[in-house]
Amino acid sequence: MLATDLLVAQNIGFGIISLMMIFGALRVVTVSNVVHAALWLVVVLSGAAAQYLLLSAEFVAVTQVLVYVGAVMVLFLFGTMLTRARIGAEGDLNNKNWALGIPVALLMFGVMAWVIIDGFGDEKLIDDPGSMSQVPIQAISDDIFGPYLLPFWALSFLLLAAVIGAIVLARKD
Amino acid sequence: MLTAQFLLLGAVLFCIGVYGVLARKNAVMVLMSIELILNSVNLNLLAFSVRNGSVDGNTFALYVIAVAAAEVGVGLAMVLLIYRNRRTIALDDLSEMKG
Repeated sequence: MLATDLLVAQNIGFGIISLMMIFGALRVVTVSNVVHAALWLVVVLSGAAAQYLLLSAEFVAVTQVLVYVGAVMVLFLFGTMLTRARIGAEGDLNNKNWALGIPVALLMFGVMAWVIIDGFGDEKLIDDPGSMSQVPIQAISDDIFGPYLLPFWALSFLLLAAVIGAIVLARKD
Repeated sequence: MLTAQFLLLGAVLFCIGVYGVLARKNAVMVLMSIELILNSVNLNLLAFSVRNGSVDGNTFALYVIAVAAAEVGVGLAMVLLIYRNRRTIALDDLSEMKG
């Protein structure tokens, strides 16, 4: 195997970012403070943006940072502060049957890992790493405003409905 | 880079998100776990986009991000409404619709 086939730097980057993301995700679901969980979620979402860059999808990575890390996290922090008077740790964030979630998640991961390894094994993501180039934004816009125009319209109406719905729900009267 | 490494990372994040949805009582924490799940799906979409040499995965990932933003907006408005009526957002206490 040629050295250029190994993509050492990309694999090291992938490993570091993956460990960071998995650790952050575990903290999100185990930490006993809602604000800390939101901040750990920022770690996971930023790591996801870095993985998108590794997958040569720079436009999606930028959108991820703008929408998730920018807008959605602010919404979460607002939601936390509007529904909870105190910011400190709380002991009652888990269900009383929370332990049932562990075997369910482990079983699910076992099945999915088996299928993935069985189906893809050591298949390369692309045959020639040198040909991996950034996805041109023009191609994405051609895709959105070409074959996927109808879903784009539906998405616009969905966002409009969500905005109106959120205003109606949160209105004070 | 292998295809399976991205898919396995997506699977790990998905399962952690599922655990969070099942285990958490606080409604805001459940919404955060749903964000984890949606992100793992996006990771898979982009990995398959590279594997198949097609732009469609990028487009779908953008659509998923938009749907997730709408979902969080409506979800947090509902959480706020529940809090205003009940003074709590513990999902265990919302049992009016239990049969």
